[in-house]
This record gives sequence, structure tokens and C-alpha cells, in this order.
Amino acid sequence: MPLYKGIYDITIVKMNSMKRIYMDHAATTPLAPEVLEAMIPYFTDYYGNASSLHSFGREAKEALEDARIKIARLINAEPSEIFFTSGGTESDNLALKGIARRNRKKGNHIITSSIEHPAILEVCKVLAKQGFEVTYLPVTKEGLVELTTLESAIRKDTILISIMHANNEIGTIQPLNEIGGIAKERNINFHSDAVQTVGKIPVDVKSIGVDALSISGHKLYGPKGIGVLFVRKGVKIESIQQGGGHENGLRSGTENIPGIVGLGRAAELARNTMLDESKRLTALRDHLKDFVLNRIEESWLNGHPTKRLPNNLNFGFKYIEGESLLLYLDALGIAASTGSACSSKKLSASHVLTAIGLQPEYSHGSLRITLGQSNTLDDVDLAGQAIEQSVIRLRKMSALGPR
Amino acid sequence: MSEIGYSKKVLDHFMNPRNVGALENPDGYGKVGNPVCGDLMEMFIKVKEEKIDEITFRTFGCTAAIATSSMTTEMAKGKTLDEAVKITRKDVADTLGGLPPQKMHCSNLAADALHLAIEDYRQRAEK
Ligand SMILES: Cc1ncc(COP(=O)(O)O)c(C=O)c1O
Repeated sequence: MPLYKGIYDITIVKMNSMKRIYMDHAATTPLAPEVLEAMIPYFTDYYGNASSLHSFGREAKEALEDARIKIARLINAEPSEIFFTSGGTESDNLALKGIARRNRKKGNHIITSSIEHPAILEVCKVLAKQGFEVTYLPVTKEGLVELTTLESAIRKDTILISIMHANNEIGTIQPLNEIGGIAKERNINFHSDAVQTVGKIPVDVKSIGVDALSISGHKLYGPKGIGVLFVRKGVKIESIQQGGGHENGLRSGTENIPGIVGLGRAAELARNTMLDESKRLTALRDHLKDFVLNRIEESWLNGHPTKRLPNNLNFGFKYIEGESLLLYLDALGIAASTGSACSSKKLSASHVLTAIGLQPEYSHGSLRITLGQSNTLDDVDLAGQAIEQSVIRLRKMSALGPR
Repeated sequence: MSEIGYSKKVLDHFMNPRNVGALENPDGYGKVGNPVCGDLMEMFIKVKEEKIDEITFRTFGCTAAIATSSMTTEMAKGKTLDEAVKITRKDVADTLGGLPPQKMHCSNLAADALHLAIEDYRQRAEK
């Protein structure tokens, strides 16, 4: 069946009779069935408080420590270096505020990049108001932080470098080992927001030499509202939330045992499937990339051609606007995302697309596709056709374009 | 789709826009917006006996920009110029069943483009 009857009268298939294809895995992932299965008993049967001394408490505590081990294994950390939080945002807050404030006597300069997630950038704004100085490193047009730029930004009073592992919008993967080496050499704390990489590509905290690293459960087929901050043993960090002294005093609050168990199971699954799955996704990614770039004129790929997440594509299309494209795709059953200003709450163009030097009139037409476990070659083919048809249609009605 | 705050009518005009395209030798033409800001709109009109006989649009922009363009052409078609020039930004948004607050500026563009096209026709007629 053709996707469109004619050029201007689209055949809108009723949503409920249509297969929906989810291609927004950078936003969130579905819970793996095995994860849900592992979690359920901790809502119903083993509901104890991990701080309680009775058997109910001990069961919960056991599950907590078992999950800690599984997550430590995934990133080559020690279990005692794993601290549970409520998600990526809290982990980023804790890392930045906790390390900056605790090391204030040593200096007050922080280095980060201009393409970080708001969970880093907004925290930096707060820290700047509290007297810290923040340097935002520019990136190349592929979205890479350059090591020479980083080195020349380092000062005597630099106490913290925070650079994300891979960008959530354009998927560019930073040279973390090299950045870690530089930080270590200068004796500066190094934090990385690895929310988009843990479970997708190998992350080894020892070989990176990272001091703190943020993880979010819902990006790796785990539950929402659970995350981890890895803090290397010996790193000076203070808590930002006080209370009963849970998580070795760093993060008070009764542990979310079902969430923690779920994240542990998700980490275990990721460790087993990551290599095969990342190969599979890379092939699907490149297949879709080639289709779109070959079929659609005046289109391009934002981000890096090879140093990129296996599941991420970020296209640019001239003459059309991303929110319109997103909703046309949605009507065709494809769920994606855009960095268009019109789609954002703030009505400003994506800071990442701006940082890679995209002109505003070109950043409006961006489309992010992030693949995941459920996506097949068929899905990717359907998505390619839907993108092509939608772009053609929107261009036909656009006031811009070659004519 | 309701979570992003678009009414059914907005989505209908967005998915099935009326009166799309350019008119050859229009009697009036209006263009507003700026691609840097993410929207640009063109309106083309043909006038017969002081009535809008034909009207089409071309729009680069978001859902609201496309839907309001389409709605505006539908509202203006067949109206006398005096009636059409009275179509306000608010009329367009209201007829669409409202727009999310942050999208109200898009509806401004469509009515503005219509008014410019009418003004253009009248200026040409004077010559
Ligand atoms: C790079 C990055 N950091 C942080 C976060 C925030 O994580 P969470 O949703 O778990 O708070 C996200 C999620 O959107 C992300 O992509």
C-alpha cells in the first residue's frame, strides 16, 4: 500500500491499526522483560528496608549489594565505588556539586564542554553563581572536544573536568581515554556523563582513569528513576542531600530496591549482549544513513561519521522544519526526535547543533533517529521510506527551496 | 498527539493542508517570516469582482505554521477583500480550536501574509 495517495492528500492510516516503530531510544528505552521479571518480587515479596536488621531488611540488602556488583562489573569498577541515585540528572548534579564544593580550597575552576546535557550545563550555571568559574570548551563541527583546546584551558586552579562520553543528540563519542590521561597527569578530577554509552559500548572506568561517571537506568532497558554515580575510591566528594546516611553517607534516602535490582539485571544483560547488539545496530544505522543520504537531496549527517554511537543518526534537511517532520513521521508510525527550536519548550535551537556551527536556518530541519533492540531491518527500511516521503511532502509545501 | 497541545483541527490542517502551492501570475502576493527564526510564509491570491477567487500558500515552518496557513486560506476563500482583510490572527487561532501558547506567534504570520497579499493587490490595482 502506498504511504501517500497523492502529493497533497496523505492516506492517514489509523494509529491503532498501524504498526508503531519506536526509534527514540536516546530519550528512553522500554524495560527489558527480564528486568521487569527480576523487579517484581521486590515490590511484592521482598519489600524490606535495606537498613532494617530483620530478615526482610537483609533480603533487600542482599539484593542491593548483588546489583552493585553487577553494575561494577559492567564498567570495571569496584562495588564500593557504585552509588545509587535517582537517575542521570541526579548523578550529574552530585558529581559536579559534590566534587566542586568539596575541593573548593584547591581552586574554583571547572572545565566542561559546550555540548553537555542540561543536567551538566544547568548545574554549571548554579555553580558559577556560587563563585566557581566555568570554561565551556568549543567542539569541532563533528562534535569532538579537541585535546589541545582542553589542555590550554587548564589552569592552576582547575579542580574538575566534566566531559560527556557520547552526546545524546548527535552521538559523537569523545576521546575519553586521552581526556582521562590529561586529567590524571595534571591531578584534576575528571567526571564523565556516560548516560548514553553505558550498556551500548564498552566503558572501563579503570582504563579511562575517570574519577566519577554518571549512569541512568532507563537508557539501557532498565527502569526510569534509577541511576548510578561511580566515584573512584579516594576521590573527594561531598553529599548534596543529607539524611540517614545511606550509600556510605554520600546519598541519603531509603534505597529504591526494585529499581536497583532492575538496573542490576539490565547491566548484566547489557554486558552479555552489548558487543553483538552494537554490531547489529551499527549495520542498521549505516543502512538507514545510506538510504536517506542517497535518496534525499540537500541532506546531511550531523555529528561524526565514525566516532559515533552505534544507534544514533542525526540528519539535517534543508528547507523543512523538524517539528513538522517529526509529526509527519509520527502519523506514519515512526517515533523520532528533533533539535528544532519549534519543538523545544524554550523555542531556541539546540545548543548542540549551534555548537557544531550549524546555521540557524539549517538547524531547524534536524531529525534524530536512535535505534534499539526492537528495531529490525524492515523497520529501518520503513523508516527510510517514511522519511523520504515526509521530506518530499514538506518540501513541496515549503516557501524555501531551489526553484 | 494531544500531549504536545495541538487540537484535532490543527492536526487535520497540518496533515491535509488545503490550497497548497504557488499561483501563476497572482493578483496579490504576501510573504512574511524569516528562515533563521524557523518560519517563512507566502500567500498568493487571485481576485474576481473584489472577492478572493483563488488563494494558495507555501510555508516553511512547524505544525502550527502550516496549519494556520491552511486554515487562513480556507477562511479567506470566497470572501470580499473587505471581509478578508478583517480576518485577525485571533480568528485563525480560534477557528483552529486554539493553539499552544508558545505557538501563538505562528498564527500571526498567516493572517499577516494574507493582509500583505491583499495590500499588494490593492497597490497594483491603483497603478
Ligand atoms: C547525556 C545525558 N545526560 C543525562 C541525562 C538525564 O538522565 P535522567 O533522565 O536519568 O535524569 C540524559 C537523559 O536524557 C542524557 O541523555
